[in-house]
Amino acid sequence: MTHPAASNDRLPSLTRSWVRVLRAPKVNLVLLGLGGVLLLAFTEQFARIPTTDLASSGTWKIAVAWSIPILMAGLGGMFSERSGVVNIGLEGFLVLGTWFGAWGTILTGNPWIGMLFAVLAGLLGGLLMALATVTFSVDHIIAGTAILVMSPGIARYLSDLIFPAYGGSITQSPTLTGVSTFDWPILAGGDLFGWNSPDLLGWLERLNWFLVSHAAGIARGLVFQMSWLTLIGIAVIPASAWVLWKTSFGLRLRSCGEDPDAADSLGVNVYKYKYYGVVISGALAGFGGGFLSIQLSGLYKEAQTGGKGFIGLATMIFGNWRPGGTAAGALVFGFAETLRLRDPNAPHALLLLVTIAVGLFALRAAYRRRWQSAAGMAATGALIGWYYLTADRVPNQLPQVTPYIAVLVVLLFATRRLRMPAADGRIWIKE
Amino acid sequence: MKQRLLVLAPPIAAIVFALVVSAVVLAVSGADPFTAFGNVYEYGTRLNTLVETINWSTPLYLSAIAVAIGFRMNLFNIGVEGQYILAAFIAAQVGSQINLPPVLHVLTIIVVAMLVGAVWAGLSGYMKVTRGVHEVISTIMLNAIAVGGLVSYLLGIWDAPDDTSLDTALKAIPESGWFPDLNPLVGGGTRSDLWGFVLVAIVVGVAYHFLINRTRLGFDLRATGYNPSAAEVSGVDPKRTVVMAMVLSGLVAGLVGLPELLGNTHTYSLRFTQGLGFGGIAVALIGRNHAAGIAVGALLFGWLSRASGILEVRGDAPREIVAIIQGVIILSVVVAYSIAEKYKRVEDAKAAAAALGDVE
Repeated sequence: MTHPAASNDRLPSLTRSWVRVLRAPKVNLVLLGLGGVLLLAFTEQFARIPTTDLASSGTWKIAVAWSIPILMAGLGGMFSERSGVVNIGLEGFLVLGTWFGAWGTILTGNPWIGMLFAVLAGLLGGLLMALATVTFSVDHIIAGTAILVMSPGIARYLSDLIFPAYGGSITQSPTLTGVSTFDWPILAGGDLFGWNSPDLLGWLERLNWFLVSHAAGIARGLVFQMSWLTLIGIAVIPASAWVLWKTSFGLRLRSCGEDPDAADSLGVNVYKYKYYGVVISGALAGFGGGFLSIQLSGLYKEAQTGGKGFIGLATMIFGNWRPGGTAAGALVFGFAETLRLRDPNAPHALLLLVTIAVGLFALRAAYRRRWQSAAGMAATGALIGWYYLTADRVPNQLPQVTPYIAVLVVLLFATRRLRMPAADGRIWIKE
Repeated sequence: MKQRLLVLAPPIAAIVFALVVSAVVLAVSGADPFTAFGNVYEYGTRLNTLVETINWSTPLYLSAIAVAIGFRMNLFNIGVEGQYILAAFIAAQVGSQINLPPVLHVLTIIVVAMLVGAVWAGLSGYMKVTRGVHEVISTIMLNAIAVGGLVSYLLGIWDAPDDTSLDTALKAIPESGWFPDLNPLVGGGTRSDLWGFVLVAIVVGVAYHFLINRTRLGFDLRATGYNPSAAEVSGVDPKRTVVMAMVLSGLVAGLVGLPELLGNTHTYSLRFTQGLGFGGIAVALIGRNHAAGIAVGALLFGWLSRASGILEVRGDAPREIVAIIQGVIILSVVVAYSIAEKYKRVEDAKAAAAALGDVE
């Protein structure tokens, strides 16, 4: 019997890399996704206080859109930290993006140009951060703090100068119109060259079959009434994976975050790649900010980022400094935020889901004979379950702080699974 | 003489640079920088503005001391923000619920606030030594949990029902729990009271100086900051020192909200001042973690934030220009220090070379 890899060698290189992608051990992830859908369906069916929208395409459409700013901040953080620069200024870049995105849209009446403004603003913020951290070897946390202090000040200062003339105020802009949306053909009934294609997933969703319709609803959320900006945001996930892991540019950039001395000795211009990392980071976060003000909220409002930059930082950590994990984290938190806004009962129902999930993890730990963690998880699950049974409503603040609690829990109990870039945060000076 | 110049030059250069930047910003936004600066100077030298400057320098000073305790051993307490807001909030609630004789009442509130700050900061220290969670990440997360979660949730529950104002606020602390003002010192008659809490800040500053420079713990902190492995080899317990530093930092952070709480508002409401934790980081950087240097930085930032109010009144510019100036100062002061250090290294090397040359 030949080894599968050996037979692949005869295939053309492009096909070979695709085969490798398909054979990669992603089975776990797929199973996890299916398990998630099953849990959602179960929760919706049996929640003690009824909730309806957990797996509808309407909910998931919004969840996807709301996860974009978090995703952009997370991926931005990933680029910066992969090049070795810790970036806690992401929230500041988001703020710059929201303001300049709104301003560009107002000036030109074109949301696309607004987005360009947002990206450029983030990029300039990144440039300032890079100048401080790389050229002047300022501590990364201090530079990030300066960005955090300055950005809301800049936004408010400029708001006061500019927005009143357009009917806004010091705290908000006039309303903005975002870019248009579209339905995917065949999957969600969009037009294909004038042909009105069928709405396949919509049909499945309306069948109301347990699990099938739930899965269809979630999938349809990813393909109907999607804005072009959302599509671009989603496309950044594979694009950044490709750039960082399949190009020499990415290899060099990552080498600066792992071992800048080795990279330098091999002729990599470490300063230059750190600049790239931080500037890309700023541009992506700027995009997230612009998306938030132009497309999601339809206006710039003071403090509208509400810590999304920090949540992005958190998803990047959970995502193990990788795009796929970061995206999954962003989607979970975007979903949590959507539910909070749509249905006040939903967070309570989600307690049931969390209870079951924690219980399953406890069983898995017991199966692997890791008694201590099994007991810990069982106790946590019991506590959440008890809360689910005794309380009728979850405080509004709980869904909001869940991302922060989650990242602490992950850092406390699953650090062995995480591996940050080895030289992340180190101030590197060329000898 | 040259040494002293090297210490003073960077912050002065940074402040001059920040002034230039703000002049450019003012000019770009259509105001005459010189008129604006003149207005700020004129307004900033009035007695009432100076009283307010001292009032608002006090929390900045305390916050900066809290940050500096961590900085002395390369610990970043980004969490002063969350620690002081949570501490002031809990202390305000406790203070409003109890009845004690005057001095005891104030002391109780102070102790509660310090303890809350210490616990919240200690959590980060504990997570760092037991599970290796970096304090920057844990304090950022704990900030959000404290301010966006605990305080916001409990404020909704504890909101005083008899409260006549529209603002969501706790019940007010009775007068026995107010910190006396120092109005006689400025002859009275100013529009704003001079908050007495500045005395506490002075005591904390002296205690900080003594602790860092004259005690075993302070030595351990500094030693760990300079060279962790050398400190450990010489018998410093790094884990204990980390936790102690965070707890001490949190004790001081707990005081940050009290000048305002005990001197002015006497209650915690949605309008309670935020952002002092981040301001403290800036001030600690300017003051180079030195008790007296921090005092200068705190007075400067306090003055900027008060005196700039006139810009809005006179229509020169929005007062948010202060946030921009502060950010520029943070960055430029750090850059200036690092340039000065590089320069000093070169000079030292030259001096050493010259000395060796003499021997040969």
